[in-house]
Amino acid sequence: MKELKIFGIVAIFTLVLYWGVEPFAHSQMHKHVEGEHLAYSDLKETPKGDATKGEALASACIGCHSINVKNMPAPMDAVASAAAYGVNPPDLSFAGAMLDEKFFAHFLLNPAEVTKSKHFAMPPSAGSIQDAADIVAYFKSIAPKEISPKEGFEFACGRCHANRYAKWTQIGTVPKTKANITTGVDLDALEFKKNLGMYQNALAKYMGKLPPDLSIIIRSRSEHFLETLIENPQSQLPGTAMPRVGLNKEGMEKVMTYLEETGDPSKPLREDIGWKVILFFIIFTILAYLWKKSMWKGHH
Amino acid sequence: MSNKTTKGRRDFMGMALGGFTALGGLGALYAMKRTWDPLPSVKAAGFTTIDLKDAPENVLITEKWRGKPIFVLKQSKEMMAKTTEKTKKRLIQIGDAHYMVSVGLCTHLGCIPGYNPEKESFLCACHGGTYDATADVTKAPPPRGLDIPPFKIDGTKLVLGETGPEYEKMLADGTTLAV
Amino acid sequence: MAHFEKANSIGEWLDQRLAVETLKRVLQTEYWIPKNINFLWAMGMVLAATFGILLVSGIFLLMYYQPNVNSAFDSVNYTIMSEVGYGWLWRHIHGVGASIVFLIIYIHMFTGIYYGSYKKGRELIWLSGMGLYVAFSAEAFSGYMLPWGQMSYWAGMVITNLFSGGSLHADGLVEWIRGDYVPGQAFLNRFFMLHVLLIPLAIIGLIVLHFGTLRIPHVNNQDGEEIDFDEAAKLYKEGKVKESKVIPFSPVFLSKDVLVMGVYFILFFYLVFYHFEFAMDPVNFDPANGLKTPTHIYPEWYFLWSYEVLRPFSTNIGLIAFAIAQVIFFLLPFLDKSPNVAPASRRGLFKFWFWAMLIDMLVLTFMGKLPPEGIWSVIGLVAALVFFALWIALPIITAKEKKL
Repeated sequence: MKELKIFGIVAIFTLVLYWGVEPFAHSQMHKHVEGEHLAYSDLKETPKGDATKGEALASACIGCHSINVKNMPAPMDAVASAAAYGVNPPDLSFAGAMLDEKFFAHFLLNPAEVTKSKHFAMPPSAGSIQDAADIVAYFKSIAPKEISPKEGFEFACGRCHANRYAKWTQIGTVPKTKANITTGVDLDALEFKKNLGMYQNALAKYMGKLPPDLSIIIRSRSEHFLETLIENPQSQLPGTAMPRVGLNKEGMEKVMTYLEETGDPSKPLREDIGWKVILFFIIFTILAYLWKKSMWKGHH
Repeated sequence: MSNKTTKGRRDFMGMALGGFTALGGLGALYAMKRTWDPLPSVKAAGFTTIDLKDAPENVLITEKWRGKPIFVLKQSKEMMAKTTEKTKKRLIQIGDAHYMVSVGLCTHLGCIPGYNPEKESFLCACHGGTYDATADVTKAPPPRGLDIPPFKIDGTKLVLGETGPEYEKMLADGTTLAV
Repeated sequence: MAHFEKANSIGEWLDQRLAVETLKRVLQTEYWIPKNINFLWAMGMVLAATFGILLVSGIFLLMYYQPNVNSAFDSVNYTIMSEVGYGWLWRHIHGVGASIVFLIIYIHMFTGIYYGSYKKGRELIWLSGMGLYVAFSAEAFSGYMLPWGQMSYWAGMVITNLFSGGSLHADGLVEWIRGDYVPGQAFLNRFFMLHVLLIPLAIIGLIVLHFGTLRIPHVNNQDGEEIDFDEAAKLYKEGKVKESKVIPFSPVFLSKDVLVMGVYFILFFYLVFYHFEFAMDPVNFDPANGLKTPTHIYPEWYFLWSYEVLRPFSTNIGLIAFAIAQVIFFLLPFLDKSPNVAPASRRGLFKFWFWAMLIDMLVLTFMGKLPPEGIWSVIGLVAALVFFALWIALPIITAKEKKL
C-alpha cells in the first residue's frame, strides 16, 4: 500500500510536469485558429452552371493553361511560364474535382481578392457569376473520377512547393539521368538543375521568397495547422504571400494524405507493431510479478 | 521437501520470464537484421539500361551496373569464327550481331582484367588469368569465365538487373553463375 | 606459472581462469541490499537499462547518420526515417529514451534527497551521480545538435554563446568551441564526436564509479537505518531470510527491479509508438536556417528549470545564476549540516525544504517554456529567487535540526 501511495505521488508530479511543458505551454505559445471546415463563408452562393456553355468559355483558358485530360497542351513550358507570370499555371484537368465550387466561381471573377493574395498572376477570367459557374460546371464534368494523392498535391501545391523526399520539384519529378561513364558529368541532370534554378528564381521573385519544401511538413506542423493554413493562409500566417487555394474536402484529403505518405511513411507500420510490443511488455510484467512473488516468498 | 518444491517453482518462473524475454530478443534481432539490409534506393538503382546499337566491333566498352564495371564487346566475323559451341553460348545475339556482355571483374579475386584488341583476349594483371573474346577463361587461376549480369533484351537495348528468358537459359545450362 | 587442474565442466574451466564463481558471489548472490526498500530503489537499474537501450539504438542510427551540414538533416529524416528498415524505430526509441532518461534521473535524484542517501559515507555516491547528471546533460545537448534542424542550430547558437561570459566578451572562446563563427561544419563534426565517443566513454566510466561508490556504504533504506550488513548476511545465509534485514542483489532484489522495469517499459514503448512529439520537437523537423530564428525557442524540458534561472536576470547576473544552478546540487552533502539520515518527513523543516524545492523547480520548468512575457516572467523571477533562497536556507535549517 505504501508503495502505491509513493507511486501515486511520483505519477501525479510526472503528469503535472507533462501538462505544464506540453499542452499548457503550447496553448500559450500558439494562438488557436478555429477553421471553418472549408465553408468559405465570406463568398456568396453561386448559380447553377451549364457545362456545355462552360466548354465554349473555357477555350480561353488554354491561352495559359494545359488541360491534359482533353489533350490540350500548355502554350509554354514551366520555366518560360514562370519567367512570364512568376509561376507555372496549373494543368486544369483536376480543377473541377479539387476545388470548392463556390470558391472556384468567385475566383474566376476576381482571383486576387478571392485568393487574398495581392498580386495574384491570373487576371479576372469570367464576365459574370453565371459565366463563372458555367466554366466551373465544365471543369467538374471533365475531371477524372480517380485522382491520386500525388496528383492532388501536384495540382494544389506542387508548382510552388518542392517535396524532395518524393523527388518532386516545382517543375516536375527529378528525371532519371545517366552520367558520362568516364568523366562522371551528368549533363541532363545539370540541365534540369539549371531549369529548376531559373524557375525557382522567378518564383521567389513572385512570392517574395522561395516557398518551403514540404517533404516532412507533416511532422513540423500539426495537421490542424496545415488544414487551417491551406483553408485560409492569412489566418495562420498574416501577411503571407501564399494564396488561398480553395480546396474542397476531397482536395484537402488528397493533399494531407500525400503529405503524410511522404513525410511520415512509417506511421502504418508503427501503429501496427506498437500495440504488439506493448502487449509483450504487459505479459513480461505479469511474468516478472510472478517471479518476484516467488523470489520474495518467506522474506516478510 | 517443501523447500524443494518452492525452489522448483522459483526456477520455473525465472525460466519462463527468461524464455519470454528471449522471444522479445528475437524480435529485436529481426529489426536489427532489417536495419542492415541494403536500402530500397540502393536496390532501385540496381537497374541500368545500355544501348548496344552503336557498339563498334572489337572495341571494349565499359559501363557501370550496381557499382561494378560491365564489359561490352561486339564480336567481329573473325572473332565469331574462333568461337566454339560452348563459348558461343556466352554471347548475346541481337539481330545478326553477337555481343559479349559480362561483369568486368576477374572470377579469381575480383580485379579488373585488361583487354588486348590485337590478341583478342583479356589478361588479369593481378594473378595472370586470361580470357578469350567471349570472356571464357583460357588460363588459370580464374575458375570460370567472367560472370554475365542478369539482363533482359529490349530491342537493341539491354536492361541490366532484370532477368529475361535468354539469361534464364544461360543460368540453366551453366554458362554463367547468378550474380 | 600458476598450476591448473583439468576442468570437468565449462563453468569450472572459466572459474579457474576468471574466478567467475567469486565474481558471481561478490557482485550478485552475496551483494547485500536492505530489505526495507520500495520501488524507487529500482530506478538505478531502470537507468542502466535505459542507457543500454540508448546505446543499442544509437549504434543503429550511427550506421546511417551523416555528420555533414548538407546531408545530416536528410540522413536522419529521410534515410533513417523512411528508407532504413526499422530506422524510424531506432530514432523514436533514441529520442524518447533521451527524454525519459532525465525523468528517471530526476526521480532517482529526488529519491536520494528525500531519504538522505547522500551523507555519512554516501557523499561519493551523490557526487558521482551528479557527475553522471552533467555527463548525460552534455550527451543530450550534443545529440540534439545532430539532426541539424532549426532547434539544433539555434540551441547550438544560444548555448555556445553562454560561454562568452556576458560582459567578459570572450568571443574567442565561443569561436574556439564552435570551430567557426557560427555553428557550422566544424561544430557539427566535433559535437558528433562528443556524442558518439567521448561523452559515452565518460558516462560508462562514471557508471562504474557510481556502482563502486555504493559498495562500502551500501544502499540506503526507507528508514535511513544503519544496518550491520555482516550480521544480517550471516542470518540470511543461515536460512533465516525472514529475520534478516538484507536480501541478495541477485536474484531477490533483481526480481523486483525486473518487475519495475516491466512497468516502465510499458510506458516507454507506449510513448515510442504513440506519443513521441514531446521528445521530438516539431520545430526540429525544419532544416537549420542560419538566417531565421524560430518564433519560440526553448530547451528540452529537462533543461528548462536551469534555463529559467538564467532568463529573468540581466545578462551578467543571469549567467552567474545559471552557473551556480548548474553546480549547486553537487554541494548538497556539504550544505546539509544535519547528522540525520532519515526520510524528509521525519526531519522537521527539511521536510518543507524538500517539497518547496521540488515545487519550485516544477514552477521554474513551466516558466522556462512559456514566452517570457507579463505575469509569466514575474513568476519566473520569483521562482528563481526562491530557488536561491532555499539553497541559502538549507545549511541554516539543517544545522538547527534535532538529532533523531
